[in-house]
Amino acid sequence: MVSSSVRPYAQLREALSRRDRSLREKVVSLEEAASFVQDGATVGIGGSTMSRTPMAMIWQLIRSRKKHLCCARSIVSTDGDLLLASGVSDHVITSWFAQSILWGLSKVMRHHIEGQTAKFEEWSHMAIGMRFRAGGMGVPFLPIRSMLGSDVLRLRPEAKEIDCPFTGEKLLLVPALNPDVALIHVQRCDAYGNAQMDGLQFMDIDLALAADRVILTTERIVSNEQIRRAPDQTKIPFFCVDAVVEVPYGSAPHECYGLYEPMLSHMEAYVAQVNQSPVHGMREYLERYFYCPASWTEYLSLIGMEELLQASQRGRSIYND
Amino acid sequence: MLAVLSARQLRDGQVVFAGVGIPLLAATLAQRLRCPGLTILFEGGVIGAFVEPGKLPPSTNDQRCTKRANMVLGSADVLLLLQRGYVDVGFMGGAQIDQFGNLNSSFIGDPAKPKIRLPGTGGGNDISSLTNMIVAMKHEKRRFVANVDFITSPGFIRGGTSRAASGLPTGGMFRVVTELAVFSFDDAERRMKVLALNPGVSREQVQDNTGFDLVFDDTVSVTEPLEEVELATLRMLDPDRLFIA
Repeated sequence: MVSSSVRPYAQLREALSRRDRSLREKVVSLEEAASFVQDGATVGIGGSTMSRTPMAMIWQLIRSRKKHLCCARSIVSTDGDLLLASGVSDHVITSWFAQSILWGLSKVMRHHIEGQTAKFEEWSHMAIGMRFRAGGMGVPFLPIRSMLGSDVLRLRPEAKEIDCPFTGEKLLLVPALNPDVALIHVQRCDAYGNAQMDGLQFMDIDLALAADRVILTTERIVSNEQIRRAPDQTKIPFFCVDAVVEVPYGSAPHECYGLYEPMLSHMEAYVAQVNQSPVHGMREYLERYFYCPASWTEYLSLIGMEELLQASQRGRSIYND
Repeated sequence: MLAVLSARQLRDGQVVFAGVGIPLLAATLAQRLRCPGLTILFEGGVIGAFVEPGKLPPSTNDQRCTKRANMVLGSADVLLLLQRGYVDVGFMGGAQIDQFGNLNSSFIGDPAKPKIRLPGTGGGNDISSLTNMIVAMKHEKRRFVANVDFITSPGFIRGGTSRAASGLPTGGMFRVVTELAVFSFDDAERRMKVLALNPGVSREQVQDNTGFDLVFDDTVSVTEPLEEVELATLRMLDPDRLFIA
């Protein structure tokens, strides 16, 4: 039995051999980077919950009116609301989808999933990680010991239960996930795409290795000399990366480790508006913050200087002690 | 109250995998009061955090979780520590639980056409599949049901030896802590059993708020009342009452 979700090894190798893996400059604009994402693509999203979300790239995909993306992320928060409500995505693969523990269940998610206009494909958190890792390792699956016995597994025929050939124990094989494109936001990288990440790295390294294309957004672009002075800090190598976009505050209103914490006043206002009215409230929010601004800078201005500065002050405070 | 009572279930020197909210608060409380050697793991990829008072993280994936930690690593890797067996206790909140300690955080109603689509498992399924669990939750009849609509995070599945037979030879539900009582699970059938009543709570009150027959021993102990030092520490940790109900 061949599961259609796992790509044959020959095809994976062929796709990679056709990629330009040379050491070359890849700096582009958000608009140009969006052209790497085709309608219907499977898109892996880096970061987790409200942390290091590649929000600027999501913002651009929504403005570029992409369609039918299947989005995979370890844990989805308001990014999922935006992707579903804008019509960019109708399929989310994740382990958890809510606005956050602070605000709880997303009415926007409920509207789309219960109304069956979009699909929420649930895996355990570790299973999502092992699916990206298998993809990054070039193997069709990895064995895990969770999800067994649960209804989460019952809804996932893509995963296969086996008896271990060595011990006879029950194991679950989760299929490799090789997204067409990965969107990852980092604190720094060079123009070639050598990326450094501070703090929590989530599943981003596996995701970068697994994907066919990687779009890196970065708080700042540093020189290749700086990267070469501390190569142990490089977490994603340049040859995985296809586009580099410099976007300050590229995770706003979410957090970017050591630089800014979530912009909670903005988030609170957002949650109040869209949960009260998951269709109209959401449409108004998208219009105001996503479609109308002429640039990312204008979007940040709408969030407001005070909010950005407070979030930055809290974000940087972890280096104060 | 939930935070204090569940903090008491932890022992110094343990490695605990904590979810956000009450579990994070309770584990941090235990660390401050009686268990300075408690190692707290977070799903975001953190080993050995000491969360700062007044700066509770809004999720287990925020930078505040890394405060004074020994190590940060990828989120799949921190979950794999559970699989290898480095974790003594998993600690989560719950939306709906049944007589065998199975938790539902995915669907209310039929999964094919749910009345409510809940957020899903997160790391809950991994944690409850791979270690001993403490669950802290509100005690309401609609949350304590005979059989959950959907097993998101496995307890003892259908009781008896069904958990091991499903491929989960280790771990299982250890304690459930509510505002009414502390529960364990009996050894043979693996059904929920009252371990201790909270002060001023009667057997009838607990049973009346539960949607299935609870197991009671002939004599059931009563939990020690909350101490002022426990409450004061809790208020110090969460002055904005983000997670204190």
